Amino acid sequence: MTARAARILSSLVAVVLTAACTSYYEIPIETPIRPKLDVSAFQRVLVAGFISGGTDDVDGNLETTRLLRSQLRTKSEMRVIDTDVLPLMDVAAEGQGTEKAIETTPAGVPAPIKDDKDLEPYEHLFADVAYWKKVGEEYQQPLIVTGTVMFAPQQRAGIVQRDQEVYDSLGRRRVVPTRTYMERKGYVLKPRFVFIDGRTGAVLHSENFREEILYNANQTTPALSSYFELMDRLIPSFLSTLSSQKIKGTRVLLQ
Amino acid sequence: MTILVHPMRVLSLLVVTLLALGAAPLAADVRTDAKKQIEFGISVAQRGLWREAIYRWERAAQIDPTYAAAQNNLAIAYEHEGDLDKARAAYEKALELEPNNAFIKQNYELFKEINDRTSRQDTQ
Repeated sequence: MTARAARILSSLVAVVLTAACTSYYEIPIETPIRPKLDVSAFQRVLVAGFISGGTDDVDGNLETTRLLRSQLRTKSEMRVIDTDVLPLMDVAAEGQGTEKAIETTPAGVPAPIKDDKDLEPYEHLFADVAYWKKVGEEYQQPLIVTGTVMFAPQQRAGIVQRDQEVYDSLGRRRVVPTRTYMERKGYVLKPRFVFIDGRTGAVLHSENFREEILYNANQTTPALSSYFELMDRLIPSFLSTLSSQKIKGTRVLLQ
Repeated sequence: MTILVHPMRVLSLLVVTLLALGAAPLAADVRTDAKKQIEFGISVAQRGLWREAIYRWERAAQIDPTYAAAQNNLAIAYEHEGDLDKARAAYEKALELEPNNAFIKQNYELFKEINDRTSRQDTQ
């Protein structure tokens, strides 16, 4: 066999091998993600309420409680307890110890929470084992979901890159990235979900999230729709704590 | 000039030559057998029979441990079954066998994205 013939043969083999290697099939898969918490001991779940603040436009406590209850009703195997939202701010104010004092209005009720610092005096509430055990006894020892919700307006100004449509002299459309100075406003949502064992009153797990949204300064978007948009992004992560979730995707099978 | 060769040496040379000649078709047979299992696995996975697919691809990996496609497909099936540790090991094995295979790399990146997301949630 000449050198030339050997070269031709080896490149032929390479082509055949490459063709063989590129036999592939796309296939949809669903990856099940196990829940972070083992909730098999609980048949019931109580979304007790939240310490909330940031804006007067949305009641973070009521809206979050309603939303989580409705999500859990459809996407969790536990029975959701329907009851009034617990007055957690008042409970925290009553039961406060030597920690940072909760500010109150002249009427004696806790002052509105404006920023993250205002939430700190309420933190002791979640570690109040006796209180949560009592709540647990009242509702037949469920899994208790509580925490804090900060939903606040925000404003930001700076250089933003955006795609802009341009047409040349022949009428052909092109999209070019342009950098412009923009003033934007929107909202930031920072919930902390605390999961408490209703049998013992102890904290089982807690998670912090942060989501934000910004719009053009001249755009008017109701606070409540921004709240739901931001909560929509968090809900899958919240649910994955309690129940198994399936993540859809596509992979390539090889032959 | 006459060269004298010991008959035993001739015999051993003959045996080595025959073994060398026989090895190539043997390797081809192994790959063909493994490929049959791979193909069957793909056809059942496409019908949603992932457990049967896993059995077939595990057989393929046993028959031919150097077959990257078997490890890649196994990794996908393990992922689908939620066995993420096994999936990671199989993807890593597939990439070890074919480090430049773009499909395996892409699958592994997508897998890692999910895996990282779940481990990030765990640490929050």
